[in-house]
Amino acid sequence: MMNADSMTSIVTQLNALTDGLFLLSCFAMVAMRQILACLKIFIIQACLLAVSACLLGYLYATEHLFWVASITVAAKVVIIPWLLRKSISDDVYARREVSQVLNIPTSLLIALGLAIFAFALTSPLLPATAGPAKVNLPVGLAGLFIGAFVIAARREAVPEVIGILAMENGAFLAGISIAPTLSLIAELSAAFDGLVVVLVFGLLTRRIYKHVGTTMVGNLTILRED
Amino acid sequence: MELIAMLVILAVAAGLCLIPTESDVPAPAITVLSGIAVAALAVRVALKAATGTPVVAIPNWLACDSFGALIVVLVSYIGVGTSIFSWGNMKRPAGKGGASRLRRYYCLYNLFVMSMLAVPMFTQISLVWIALELTTLTSVFLVCYDKTPEAYEAAWKYAVLTTMGAIVALFGILLLYWGMRSAGGGLFTWDGLAGVMPNIPPGILKTGFILILIGLGSKAGMAPLHSWLPDAYSQAPVPICIFLSFVETATIPYVIFRLWPGLAGPVGATTGTWLVFFGLLSAGIAAFLLIQVKDLKRLFAFSTIEHHGIILVAAGLGGTAAGYSAAYQIMTHMITKSFCFFAVGAVLLVVKDQRIASVRGLVRSFPFAGVALLLGALAVAGAPPFAVFLSEFSVLKAGLTSGQYLAVGLLVLFIAISFCAIMYHHSRMAFGRPDGPVQAPAAPISYVAPLFLTAVPMVLLWLYMPGPLNSLLRLAGATMGR
Repeated sequence: MMNADSMTSIVTQLNALTDGLFLLSCFAMVAMRQILACLKIFIIQACLLAVSACLLGYLYATEHLFWVASITVAAKVVIIPWLLRKSISDDVYARREVSQVLNIPTSLLIALGLAIFAFALTSPLLPATAGPAKVNLPVGLAGLFIGAFVIAARREAVPEVIGILAMENGAFLAGISIAPTLSLIAELSAAFDGLVVVLVFGLLTRRIYKHVGTTMVGNLTILRED
Repeated sequence: MELIAMLVILAVAAGLCLIPTESDVPAPAITVLSGIAVAALAVRVALKAATGTPVVAIPNWLACDSFGALIVVLVSYIGVGTSIFSWGNMKRPAGKGGASRLRRYYCLYNLFVMSMLAVPMFTQISLVWIALELTTLTSVFLVCYDKTPEAYEAAWKYAVLTTMGAIVALFGILLLYWGMRSAGGGLFTWDGLAGVMPNIPPGILKTGFILILIGLGSKAGMAPLHSWLPDAYSQAPVPICIFLSFVETATIPYVIFRLWPGLAGPVGATTGTWLVFFGLLSAGIAAFLLIQVKDLKRLFAFSTIEHHGIILVAAGLGGTAAGYSAAYQIMTHMITKSFCFFAVGAVLLVVKDQRIASVRGLVRSFPFAGVALLLGALAVAGAPPFAVFLSEFSVLKAGLTSGQYLAVGLLVLFIAISFCAIMYHHSRMAFGRPDGPVQAPAAPISYVAPLFLTAVPMVLLWLYMPGPLNSLLRLAGATMGR
């Protein structure tokens, strides 16, 4: 029979492992050219977020985080990918994006820089007693930054939407560690908000495809200061 | 009670607008009626809040103090004008499905106003964030109402940049929650946060605040994150431009300034400097972009960025007088900018092209629009005897009294450049020789009424400030004045 202390330390390490994989998934999202692969990585990332929420729920002994985990699985692993697949035609997903703004090695280097920046930014904020937040906060902020970078570097509509969702995942990965007791209403409405975001962007992409004839939103540059 | 009623009325109106009918009258009529009802309730709320006691509908969830009431009453008062204007301005689009598109416009319009009013009413900060996010999501399809490639491009940029900003702000809000919990706070409301803010570690407070400022700033068109704003303005229907500018210069500053009272001491000094810096940057960039602008609606978009900058500087100067001037500037800008956009709508009655170069000699060819546009330009650029002059003057005075000469000097310079740029473009549009004979239509009542509604306070505030309004401004200024 294991005592409580060693159990806690094992769970903390498992959580650190999950966070490491989360960070890896952020890099994978930068490196993937194929749009469907991007979506799959997002699903994996959402699963990792849910796993981390469960582990932290055990550590902080609050059932609240288990609810967060189930909401995450329902919204981000099931409904959002389904909505994204439904709203945009299949041939968009089969496409390989060859014309990114930057090539992949450069993108990965920038992502690495952003991750280091996130660690540098958060380390002075963390007291010695922060516990799992020591890993979750910097990894979450790195996820936020890299998600923003994905949006900037991609020209296709769907990867840009996935970038937004990845930013949200990053914010939540940090959130479950530093705000585990934030009211459930906030979590529910945030999940609802995520769904509406996807619905709005999905519909918008569909209309752009119909009226403009492309989903390469990065190439829309009619409006500018001349 | 009034607060719940206002939100419910708008939600019900949004639903009713969707009912399919043969005629195009019901949806705008419902919108105007709900607008009037909401404005009446808002005036009641404002009168109560002007006495200094917040109006509470649900304790710790839904309440409105003086600052919130100021925003609520202004949005809903001008909302009446905007709904009347929509009735005249928004025509049923040609082609199949045009009628249902128009109904969806009014549905989203009501939801947009509802989310905008919800921001100052919610007291739970996480819900405020949701309401802010809803202002984006309800307005995306209003921006691309015209269904042209340009409109979709504008809507996409708007949606992506503002949603990104909202998530960055969410991270900041979570950091503040963390700080509040570690400082032993209870409920995550504005008051709960302000109470424990002095005990929050300064690092967390600063990082949280800067993330919120940058995140919300990108939603408010704060330079250098403003690139989506002129695009969205140039494509959105005129009534939507008005509401977008309210989000940028009223609701977002409201949320940022709400954090103000708790940011005292050394942290407060740095955050004040950030506000002044970003404010001056916005005002400066907007002033120079105003010189080269070629599109009529983009011109007023840059003017919105400029005023957003002035408001940030005003609050960043610190002190009660500066807080009062920031609240005053928020109010005068909302009134004046809506007047300007109503005038732009009138111009677009005769000129089908938004390019400034294609508008000439309006005063002669269509005096109603020409005079309105010229008055609007003078008012928004800050010429006396209009309200913006008074508020800008109070900002400068507050800065000079507290000895911040550099900030005030730069602000005066940027205001002067904007003034010259705005007047240069407008004098060419108003005077000069018309390109050809123009069939000037009779001024429609749906344009005259909103212009009148906004012109009255725009001019009258120079002579007379109603007592309750003044006390709202003073109380709001005290909230910001630390």
